[in-house]
Amino acid sequence: MLQTIWFLLWGVLWAVYFMLDGFDLGLGTLAPFVASNDTDKRVIYNSMGPFWDGNEVWLITAGGVTFAAFPTTYAVMFSALYTPLLLLLFALILRGVAIEFRDKTDNRTWQRLWDVCHFVGSFVPSLLLGVAFANIFMGIPIDAEGEFHGNLFTLLNWYGLLGGILFLLLFLVHGALWLAIKAEGTLEARAGKAAAGIWLVLLIVAVIFLAATWFATGLYGNYLSSPVLLLIPLITVAALLAVRLFIGQKAWWKAWFASCLTIVGATLFGVVGLYPNLFPSSLDPSFSLTIFNSSSSPLTLKIMLGVALTFVPIVIIYQIWGYYLFKDKVTEKDLASEEGY
Amino acid sequence: MDAVMLSRLQFAVATYFHFLFVPFTLGLSVLVAIMETQWVRTGDEEYKRMAKFWGKLFVINFALGVVTGITLEFQFGTNWSRYSKYVGDIFGSLLAIEATVAFFLESTFIGIWVFGWKKLSPKAHAACIWLVAAASNISAYWILVANSWMQHPVGYVIQNNRAELADFWAVISQPYAVWMFLHVISGAYILAGFFVMGVSAYHILRKQNLSFFKRSFRLAVTFAAIFSIAEIVIGDFHGKEMMKAQPTKAAAAESVWETMKGAPMYLFVIPDEANQRNSVEILGIPKLLSWVALGDKDGVYKGLKEWPKEERPPVALTFWSFRLMVALGFFFAVMSIIAWAKRNRPEDSPKFLRSLIYCIPLPYLAAGLGWTVTEVGRQPWIVYGMMKTTDAASRLSGSQVGISLAAFVLVYTLLGIACFYLMFKYARQVPELSRAADNK
Repeated sequence: MLQTIWFLLWGVLWAVYFMLDGFDLGLGTLAPFVASNDTDKRVIYNSMGPFWDGNEVWLITAGGVTFAAFPTTYAVMFSALYTPLLLLLFALILRGVAIEFRDKTDNRTWQRLWDVCHFVGSFVPSLLLGVAFANIFMGIPIDAEGEFHGNLFTLLNWYGLLGGILFLLLFLVHGALWLAIKAEGTLEARAGKAAAGIWLVLLIVAVIFLAATWFATGLYGNYLSSPVLLLIPLITVAALLAVRLFIGQKAWWKAWFASCLTIVGATLFGVVGLYPNLFPSSLDPSFSLTIFNSSSSPLTLKIMLGVALTFVPIVIIYQIWGYYLFKDKVTEKDLASEEGY
Repeated sequence: MDAVMLSRLQFAVATYFHFLFVPFTLGLSVLVAIMETQWVRTGDEEYKRMAKFWGKLFVINFALGVVTGITLEFQFGTNWSRYSKYVGDIFGSLLAIEATVAFFLESTFIGIWVFGWKKLSPKAHAACIWLVAAASNISAYWILVANSWMQHPVGYVIQNNRAELADFWAVISQPYAVWMFLHVISGAYILAGFFVMGVSAYHILRKQNLSFFKRSFRLAVTFAAIFSIAEIVIGDFHGKEMMKAQPTKAAAAESVWETMKGAPMYLFVIPDEANQRNSVEILGIPKLLSWVALGDKDGVYKGLKEWPKEERPPVALTFWSFRLMVALGFFFAVMSIIAWAKRNRPEDSPKFLRSLIYCIPLPYLAAGLGWTVTEVGRQPWIVYGMMKTTDAASRLSGSQVGISLAAFVLVYTLLGIACFYLMFKYARQVPELSRAADNK
């Protein structure tokens, strides 16, 4: 029971991370294509300025909780995915530093350099996170000792790449909608147009991904044995369709919330299908790491549950307050002030 | 070189680099919070300008501290997977608690603080920076509890082929952790104090914005003096804990080979590791080492030869790092006492002010040396007495770790240069003086 609760919490932490950092990463990838001048770029940086830091902590917490609740999975997952994880790490380092450093001088070369870092640092994590999770859904070649038999290219298989593209598109739509919320005038219009265009591609890829998942993974097993769970993918698809509806109405906030729900739903669809596996082996199911053979002791799980149930709600409350505080559009006046980027 | 050694080097690179930013933010967040509180209390706009000027430097460091911190968390899994598997029940939960309890708070409110000058009332805005300061210090506590557990494992049982938590309270309240926390925090405050003193000294020498920088100087000197004096006492207590918990580290830090009753302390020593002796030992003060380390002048100080060679840490590196750190610690106390005496008219002592500028890097050096003693001195153990470092590493190929290590060195060097450039640029800027700047 404790292990199942922790499994759900683990899934929720990843889902919230994707939901929050998803728009930063998506917008960072989209930025070079929608920004026509320096003012546009600064609007983009300022639109994520107060948030990216707090968003990234969800990743750190998701990693930390994997370590705390399922240490064996943490050990095997992180060492098996050594190269992609370090690439992710370098990308996130560049992304964070780019946001903070870009506007600290007026030198054009300096700014262009950080713009490139910001793009790479947003694009690479979007893709890699999808590749990693799709591979986990499919199973990773690990043996009984948790040894990984493969390399980076093992992970770049067709299903892994499809997962990467799916994540990228989800984040792009999410980021475009965020920009539509925060920008004014032509930039807002361009962001809305981009969201609508990418949405169509996302819909097609999502359908292909759901079908491919049937053939490539065992994720549907849990859904077939408890059909009520099918509500998760159904709600997700409904949310995805709602995104388009709200884009048509230029109701950016509603579209963005629907996009949040889509991302959370998509993550939970995978996580629930994975249960009780955390890191399945593609070599032999008996080598798979599950919530039962890789969890911490009951005492640790109990103490951690107490900590999580006390502090995570508090975190959510003050983060919502933070978003509420900076809910308005980034204006010319904001850009002229000495705060921000 | 084998993968284990490369992983150790990679961890060292990641830790040293991360710890260039962390102590600065630990200390400066408190100083900025004090400045802003003074603004709220007195309404004096100069305090607000101070909070903004030093706050800008704080934010530059904060970003790098955050992004390089993720590396540390990830590396336990990527490079030290057998360690993570063996002790994750205890160690992992401490890292997770740190993120949930403190890191969220810090990272969320720093964003609100930076962007919220006009959105929040002055009081609420000042509360944000206090939350950041409190959270980063709480965060340090959890991380140091985790590190202390590697130095002195307590509150666990070995079952199911791993270390499992038995007594949570024992883990989070052990004296080793408390002293280590106080030691690291004081060191961080000294570092921030010397930074603000040094930069202020630069501007005072140039007679730029005298009132602004003299005020900053006075605040920093008080901070630096309190904590550099406290650090001498705290360091002594921390050393005594180390003596009890990690006798091999203590013996290496002092380069004591033979067990002695009433051990003397030599002011100048050169260890000769190959021959298991010291080639030079001069200016000995009888019984001082036993008195300092054991609290008993006739106490028995165990020498390194008590342990087989393979259970001793590298002696020369541990010894020199420890000596130099202690020497710097006393130096900081002397410098900050002199600075305190000159606090009201610092502009009368240009030579001293110039020397303070050159002192800025020294607390960074001391912090790095301290971590060298802590981590190298713990070898060959990753968890003292429980697990050897060689048994802890992931089974990775040397080339894999070699490439990532090279990438770390390259990326971190470039980031370090960029950060140094920005710090230099902003530290030398003269803050705006006009009323117009306040109302903008």
